[in-house]
Amino acid sequence: MDKKHCVKLSVQPSRALVDEKFIVLVQNAPPGFQMTIHSLHHSEDGHSWEAFGHYTADATGTVNVSQDHSVGGTYSGVEPMGLLWSLRPVPGSKSWLRFRKMNVETPMEVAISVYQGHQTVFVDQVQLASVVAERWYMAPGVRRIPVTESDLTATLFLPPGPGPFPGVLDLWGGGGQLVEYRSALLASHGFASLALDYLTAKITLKTGKMVENDYFETAYKFLQEHPQVSGSRIAMMGLSFGTAMTLKMAVYSEVMKLSCAVCISGSHVQPVNGSVEENYVFCFRNSKKVCFTEEKQAIYRDLLLPVPTDPGMKVDVGRLQCPLLLIVGEDDQNWAAPESAQDIKEMMEQAGNSHLLTLRSYPNAGHLIEPPYSPHTRASMLKAVHVNKMVVVLWGGDTVAHSRAQEDAWRKTLAFLWENLYGRKNSAVTSMSHL
Amino acid sequence: MPYTDPPILSVYPSRALVDEAFKVLVENLPPGCPVTVHSLHLSEDDNYWEAYGHYISDHRGSVSVSEDVSFGGTYTGKEPMGLLWSLRPVPGSRQGLRLRKMNVCTPMLVNISVHCGHLVEAFRDQTPLASVLTERWYMAPGVKRIDIRERGMRGTLFIPPGPGPFPGLLDLWGGGGGLLEHRAALLASHGFVSLALEYLTSGEIPTARLDYNYFEKAFNIIQDHPLVTPDRVGIFGLSLGSFVTFNLAAKSTIINPRCCVCISGFHCHPYRSMGEMIQTNLNKLHVDENNYQIWRDMSLPIPSDISKKVDMGKIKCPLLLVCGHDDQSYPAVELAEDIAQMVHAAGKDHLLTKVFYHGTGHMIEPPYSPHFRATTFMAKTKPKVILLWGGQTKPHSDAQEDSWKKILAFLQHHLYSTPNPRAKM
Repeated sequence: MDKKHCVKLSVQPSRALVDEKFIVLVQNAPPGFQMTIHSLHHSEDGHSWEAFGHYTADATGTVNVSQDHSVGGTYSGVEPMGLLWSLRPVPGSKSWLRFRKMNVETPMEVAISVYQGHQTVFVDQVQLASVVAERWYMAPGVRRIPVTESDLTATLFLPPGPGPFPGVLDLWGGGGQLVEYRSALLASHGFASLALDYLTAKITLKTGKMVENDYFETAYKFLQEHPQVSGSRIAMMGLSFGTAMTLKMAVYSEVMKLSCAVCISGSHVQPVNGSVEENYVFCFRNSKKVCFTEEKQAIYRDLLLPVPTDPGMKVDVGRLQCPLLLIVGEDDQNWAAPESAQDIKEMMEQAGNSHLLTLRSYPNAGHLIEPPYSPHTRASMLKAVHVNKMVVVLWGGDTVAHSRAQEDAWRKTLAFLWENLYGRKNSAVTSMSHL
Repeated sequence: MPYTDPPILSVYPSRALVDEAFKVLVENLPPGCPVTVHSLHLSEDDNYWEAYGHYISDHRGSVSVSEDVSFGGTYTGKEPMGLLWSLRPVPGSRQGLRLRKMNVCTPMLVNISVHCGHLVEAFRDQTPLASVLTERWYMAPGVKRIDIRERGMRGTLFIPPGPGPFPGLLDLWGGGGGLLEHRAALLASHGFVSLALEYLTSGEIPTARLDYNYFEKAFNIIQDHPLVTPDRVGIFGLSLGSFVTFNLAAKSTIINPRCCVCISGFHCHPYRSMGEMIQTNLNKLHVDENNYQIWRDMSLPIPSDISKKVDMGKIKCPLLLVCGHDDQSYPAVELAEDIAQMVHAAGKDHLLTKVFYHGTGHMIEPPYSPHFRATTFMAKTKPKVILLWGGQTKPHSDAQEDSWKKILAFLQHHLYSTPNPRAKM
């Protein structure tokens, strides 16, 4: 019996946004047939990532990854998206890699294949079938617009349609660079999103000087004045050091009137009224407090501990006037985000504005809480901005819990933005059922 | 005036194969709000096609095209895919247009938008409340497209992703000629190595004679391909392509198709060319009130003399016949019944499956493609004529959807699942 004709593999949908689920189905295998379903991705920076699950075909000769148990591999149990979130560098790869797509105009291509038996090494194995799934950051019609006016280093992503659209100012953390993928995805969900480089902006590289607080206000005004953005519906979103900036601007800026803010894996601890540079130095100095694991991975979380009682050393969140979504991973080894979140909650309860706060705290999740189904990075090599050193940073998180956290946090983030920027009341949103 | 929350429009999936369904959802409208959901497509030959439905939002301010009823527009009722299959040229377009994607490497882009109120015209003069873009692909990711120019052939080969080997299909279109790739690309996206074969250049039809050697060679090219299982190659034909398929299935001593699919076919063609057929039967060539040519009577009555037909009792492989009762270019159903009689007389009923659809015309294409009741038919020696293909849009579109499912199941069964009857046990 030639098995090759029997095994039919499909991925539905074959082209999807990166935050959408897919269904991987194997059919026509002999009943009880043992197989490995494998995913492979070649990243832009030349590395190969793989994941796999071990399955047994049922009486009809079928394996449905969304319904069946994986009994081994890089994930186990019923894990519809395990072939993506458990991706890891193939054996022999460099250490401490992090998966990041920098070119968002092309899809991430993942080869999904079936092998006979329960395999763990794939180099010389013969596939029974193989298909390609495309994972996109940009929905059709989303427009990518580089922004250089007013000395900004940014990229604007506009959803398709006449608009105007609510806006999101999108900040990443201490690694700097212009990171576009979250903004591209937000635009695919209806938000005019501005990915802003504020640590390695062209003006900084040219002058050697970090930007001032008004750089964010300039970015805000750029969005506000854009003909396709609703000037009165702008949110700010930050991860890690981006949270520090977001909280600062949300509370203290006279110019920025945010509709809401999303802060992921960050802290409110900073010298109040400090410049960006002062904040940066404050967060990253104190190197005596850096710990190292046995594998020489740097743990930075103690740098901002203990949470100070001095009000001059933390953003006065009691003055916040817009809804705030705080997302933290309880195994964050890079920032003391859970402790900060706890203190923020107490400050807001004392000030009487805690009704504005939504706190999502995820056990065993680490620092890098990214859009869902991206591979979890527990530690990676980082070149800190303005420091001529490569460090292996421990981000934390246990892969399964962290991946679940990413899925839930993203759904909560979208629902929060839709509610506050679109006035969409229904939290059991129909159109999110495939996310 | 109070600032109203903007509506949220989504199409899921936003990128899909052309035969996959999508869900169009509008949310965040005021409750009980009349809206028009509109689709717009600019074809490769620069014509605009549009479709639309009239809806009313529910108490949550939502409209779901998959679940709600359209009260008017180019389609009515509960029609999840009406925005595609009821696409038609916008007012002011030329007559006889046909929507066909020639470049299958890029997707068909359809703009879906939602407008306030129940509009019937001038959509492009109105700013919609929201609009999104959806991509409809003929090629799944990983499908390879290869130009075939060997042994005198002109065609395009589509290969599914993966190690193979795969079953194969020879894909034959009709008398309009040219090289049409879209169905072969789609079949490859479903796991079949498919060769779209050009055997008539556009406009060649009146004088062309068919050389069966050419088709046998094309079939061999598929069989010889390293990624094809040689004893699992079938033939897929439409119209004149079906006629070719009948001949190959019944008469060829060189090739052995594993199974055949024939849409809107005819097996009686005792002429040396289509041109001769038309000349001989001019008195039976009618026109309708629009001056569109109706060819069907030229093929009637069906001769009882077997020498004037392909002897379908000689077929050796399973055959699926798909026809429309309202086919105005050929009496496809009567012809199919005649085929069935010959097959029955030869004791081969088990090989034949016939599927007929009411209200359905000649051009039965993959699902959700817009129905065209009449289009310009290329002819080099005459001025262009418009041929009536027949069919009413709604039943014809249902037939396209249903027949495609049946065709894929038939091909899956015969080319993938069943063991080779000639294989050793």
